Amino acid sequence: MSELFSKKNKEVFFNPLGVNNPVTVQVLGICSALAVTAQLEPAIVMGLSVTVIVAFANVIISLIRNTIPNRIRIIVQLVVVAALVTIVSEILKAFAYDVSVQLSVYVGLIITNCILMGRLEAFAMQNGPWESFLDGIGNGLGYAKILVIVAFFRELLGAGTLFGFRIIPEAAYEAGYMNNGLMLMPPMALVICACIIWYQRAHNKELQEK
Amino acid sequence: MEYLSLFVKSIFVDNMIFAFFLGMCSYLAVSKNVKTALGLGIAVTFVLVVTVPVNYLLENYVLKANALVEGVDLSFLAFILFIAVIAGIVQLVEMVVERFTPSLYASLGIFLPLIAVNCAIMGASLFMQQRHFIHIGEAATYAFGSGIGWLLAIVGLAAIREKMAYSDVPAPLKGLGITFITVGLMAMAFMCFSGLKI
Repeated sequence: MSELFSKKNKEVFFNPLGVNNPVTVQVLGICSALAVTAQLEPAIVMGLSVTVIVAFANVIISLIRNTIPNRIRIIVQLVVVAALVTIVSEILKAFAYDVSVQLSVYVGLIITNCILMGRLEAFAMQNGPWESFLDGIGNGLGYAKILVIVAFFRELLGAGTLFGFRIIPEAAYEAGYMNNGLMLMPPMALVICACIIWYQRAHNKELQEK
Repeated sequence: MEYLSLFVKSIFVDNMIFAFFLGMCSYLAVSKNVKTALGLGIAVTFVLVVTVPVNYLLENYVLKANALVEGVDLSFLAFILFIAVIAGIVQLVEMVVERFTPSLYASLGIFLPLIAVNCAIMGASLFMQQRHFIHIGEAATYAFGSGIGWLLAIVGLAAIREKMAYSDVPAPLKGLGITFITVGLMAMAFMCFSGLKI
């Protein structure tokens, strides 16, 4: 049991949550990270879907990594991922229809999410199934973390709600407070993401670019 | 006229980058100088124009309910088929370009295979599916417009980044951070096209 949670495995799991975050440091999977974050609920669903898919795709590829011919590995990886995404998409349609409508094409776009291909290429092709599973969960949660932070600010400042519940009291509106509609528009997602990167790099000087 | 309107709309109003954030990864990674950006933009446009009509035919003659066999709805296979078509065509395009125009192949070389996993390509096919175009020409026009929009966006950003190399940016924002803010400002500029009608 101790081997399963060795120091190396802990690093594999915790690094993507902080110093090696897939979105803000590795620059992977930005497309969907920005598009689904106008509200908290779809952001959380998206984060969890990606976590599940990365983890299982990592395990499957890691199990068959020695039998994949090198030349066609990208197509094999794409097919494995596409099959998993189809399953998740059908599950979402069956049990969370409203959210799946909100996410629209972005569920299908998990297939081409760079986090998937990046982790499969860089990690699962070289490591065993258990490490790959941890790596997948870690990277998925690191991605979900950024999504939740961006969505929190966009929904709170843009609509005054969280999960659809009103947070900013009516009295504030009567006193002249206004929702910032721009927050719900695409450009602000980029700017908020830039602020997260700014904050992270100001605290961790090693990440700064020259 | 309809086609022109669809074309202009897909370039400016429904811009792949600024309205939907599609193809963001390669957009940020390959926008360091104008020349390579232009090459990638052309390659993406080309692959879009080929794959979207093919996927349109697949969608309408194979996947739709009752299209292939009466009473069979294969639409749940859309993701796998679309990505297989895209990966296959990218491979094909790569071989054709290599055989007939080696000079173009040399300048695009590395980017060509990577286009298969560019979200803009898959995204255009999925939007095509969602919009229910009635004619294959519409699908092709939409694909071409989206490609040109993507090309404009990446060349614009590359030009700005080339100039920005000389500006004094706070250390933690250098590189990725300031690029995000630049794209955000560009997206705000593109917002003024929303509601544009021809």
